Amino acid sequence: MAQIKKAEGFIDWLDQRLAVKAFMRVMMSEYWIPKNINFLWAMGVVLIALFAVLLVTGLLLLMYYKPDVNLAFDSVNYTIMQEVEYGWLWRHMHGVAASATFLIIYIHLFTAIYYGSYKKGREMIWLTGMVLFVAFSAEAFSGYMLPWGQMSYWAAQVITNLFSGIPVIGDEVVIWIRGDYVVADATLTRFFMLHVVLLPLVILAVIAVHFYSLRFPHVNNQDSVELDFEAEAQKYKEGRIKESRVVPFWPVFLSKDFFVVGFFMTFFFFLVCYHFDFAMDPINFEPANSMKTPAHIYPEWYFLWNYEVLRGFFFDIGGIAAMDIGLIAFVFANVVFFLLPFLDRNAMNTAPAHKRPAFFVWFWLLIVDMIVLTVYGKLPPTGVNAWVGFFAAVVFLGLFIALPFITKLESKGERQ
Amino acid sequence: MAEQSRRDFIGLALGGISTVGGVLALGAMKKSWDPLPSVQSAGFVSVDLSGMNEGEMHTVQWRGKPVFILRKSADTPSNDKRDIRIGEKRFVVLIGLCTHLGCIPSYEASSRTFKCACHGGVFDASGIQTFGPPPRPLDIPPFKCNGETIVLGEEGAEFQKMTKKA
Amino acid sequence: MRELKILAIVIFFTAVTYWGVEPYAHSQMHPHVAPADFRFKDMEPLHVNGNVDNGKALVEANCLACHGIESVGYAAPMSSEDAAGAYGVVPPDLSHAGVIYAKNYLAGFLKDPVSATKLSHKFNDAKPYAMPSFAFLSDQEIADVVAYLQNIVATKPSDKEVFEEACGRCHSMKYDAWNAKTPIASMKNYLGAEAPDLSMMIRSKKAEYLNTFINEPLKMVEGIAMPRVGLSEASQSQVIAYIEKVGDRKKAERESLGLKLIGFMAIFTLIAYLWKVSIWKRAA
Repeated sequence: MAQIKKAEGFIDWLDQRLAVKAFMRVMMSEYWIPKNINFLWAMGVVLIALFAVLLVTGLLLLMYYKPDVNLAFDSVNYTIMQEVEYGWLWRHMHGVAASATFLIIYIHLFTAIYYGSYKKGREMIWLTGMVLFVAFSAEAFSGYMLPWGQMSYWAAQVITNLFSGIPVIGDEVVIWIRGDYVVADATLTRFFMLHVVLLPLVILAVIAVHFYSLRFPHVNNQDSVELDFEAEAQKYKEGRIKESRVVPFWPVFLSKDFFVVGFFMTFFFFLVCYHFDFAMDPINFEPANSMKTPAHIYPEWYFLWNYEVLRGFFFDIGGIAAMDIGLIAFVFANVVFFLLPFLDRNAMNTAPAHKRPAFFVWFWLLIVDMIVLTVYGKLPPTGVNAWVGFFAAVVFLGLFIALPFITKLESKGERQ
Repeated sequence: MAEQSRRDFIGLALGGISTVGGVLALGAMKKSWDPLPSVQSAGFVSVDLSGMNEGEMHTVQWRGKPVFILRKSADTPSNDKRDIRIGEKRFVVLIGLCTHLGCIPSYEASSRTFKCACHGGVFDASGIQTFGPPPRPLDIPPFKCNGETIVLGEEGAEFQKMTKKA
Repeated sequence: MRELKILAIVIFFTAVTYWGVEPYAHSQMHPHVAPADFRFKDMEPLHVNGNVDNGKALVEANCLACHGIESVGYAAPMSSEDAAGAYGVVPPDLSHAGVIYAKNYLAGFLKDPVSATKLSHKFNDAKPYAMPSFAFLSDQEIADVVAYLQNIVATKPSDKEVFEEACGRCHSMKYDAWNAKTPIASMKNYLGAEAPDLSMMIRSKKAEYLNTFINEPLKMVEGIAMPRVGLSEASQSQVIAYIEKVGDRKKAERESLGLKLIGFMAIFTLIAYLWKVSIWKRAA
């Protein structure tokens, strides 16, 4: 047992019992981050800020929301939006923050790909990040159902139906997930449970693991220089601050992140008050109607690339039904990002993409292809659109199939 | 030695009973997610077909799903496996959910097709897919004919004949 | 400098994606249509001036069997339920008809209600429209009726009154405690469709769409059961203002609070920037 002495003050009292000083050193003031980074390294903190917004606004919405098919729509659109003081603000912030979270996740994810931060010891950071992406996707999807508008209903109908593609037991699985033959009250209440309890718990836990997994391989930097963190930290602590190539998380790294967060949140509040349709689809302000499909249905923008891979295959090939090919491609698209560290056959080269010519081309092709998929995922799937979607989906699959070969060739080139 | 192996055995037994309990609890949780009895025993719907004109399409709701009832006009091709004949009249009864992902197709009278807005699937007047991703024809709900009335949810002789052939 | 270049790239790809999924995709899903026509050019305009006194006599003889004019003391001849039962839909009170509906439309409607409302796909000889045609009246007499209806409007109706007369016979406005005068069952029987509640229409359809839609529904939605109601430009903007007041009543608060929030975050960002510069001066 530690020696407990009369405390010199409140902090000291706490320190004797919880070792807060050591804790702060490890977590903040002696957690070392490389100096040569750019604002893209602030996306993690931006995501934390957005997650905090989602959590707080979500709690306020939870006080008035009613998870019942007869009450849900009015509890959102009348009680929260019109009666509750600032209820509209919480709802707009919640909806826009959900969309903005995905924008930042994508930037965060492509930053990691571009700078090779997914390999050479950083695989666990990548994998926990992908788990977070999936958990956030489930969270977004379950939350989108709650206002019980037309898009809530039909998105739920279409997405739950995806499970019917599971061989043999598919149809039963769909009914089991819904708790009814169609999306109904039982579906709403169970997705409510997922959205407000289970998935947030999962997300919080995985965020903790994601942060933890950063501690050993350390944060990457924009030139992928291998740093001796202990030596550099020593320099910093000795006062050779300019010479040291690292900075502490607090206050140096965070001071920049706060600026980036502020910059982003200024834009965020513009979206919340003046430009929210992209995140709160007008069709969802129509009450759910199980007897009428809206003329155009589409998921939120951040699922569109995935959705287009699913529906891009609109004709049977070699006796395999179009729907099955689409589903296989869809599953592939969702799994393949997890495998990225293992598809890259040049695992030791962590240089940023602009120093790896073939990978550089691959990276920008992937970005362009995913944007094409996203845009065509929203357009009606008729005529030329269907073919553009088909080719973009094929290119997407092709890019990931090609990646091991591209990186293998690259590593061969380097050895010569 | 004997002490050691007895301790191992007790440890294994504890692990084993915990696993059994865990699996049983998971089974119970799975069952909590099943549709409730009140949902499963959703009712039967009777529809009177006598008033329908040729080429007319009605939508009725059955177990939360839309059901299309189409009276085929004289020049619409017949499909012996799917048409319901009542006297001279020919009807088709279909569950109005696209077999791709469950959107409701809409009936276009001019081309006599059901078109799904979600992913562009097209079905002919008998409910057979003719374009796009739908993997199979529109489903036929269980029905029974009573003169010019059909009851959805009950399996009549005509329905059994249809499903046997298919 | 390098950071600005990266920022420009991030903004560029974000903007392209945004443009593709919002303005571009929506322009593809909702093809452009002709703007609202408040002159109702498809109907022959009246070339004669009406006489109010003649009009009064004509209205008393022809209209009051079904319509009330409460502002001048003619009560509706039947209760809403009875009227809905008898005609399918409750006939409108005519107190403000002279200003709610465009003059040209009123004249065209009296002559041929089915083509004025563009409901020929719903009503024909086999299923006649509730309002009979007054084509047997001369142009002069029709002008007289219109002149009379315009003359009796003493005070400009409020936004809500315009809504109640022009829309509220079929549509409910749940969030303002308004129930459609015609019961839902009669509506369904009459037009073959339920008239939706309009409480959230301003958010689901947006003012711009409503402006063209209300003016001529059939142009926007094939086979729709909603008639062309013939609102004048002024009364249509009153209706939209009312729909907005009910469905988006916090709009003003949102728009003023937005500036404050943005201003606050801008100041926060500025201070954060200064703080960052002061810290990094030592570090880098």
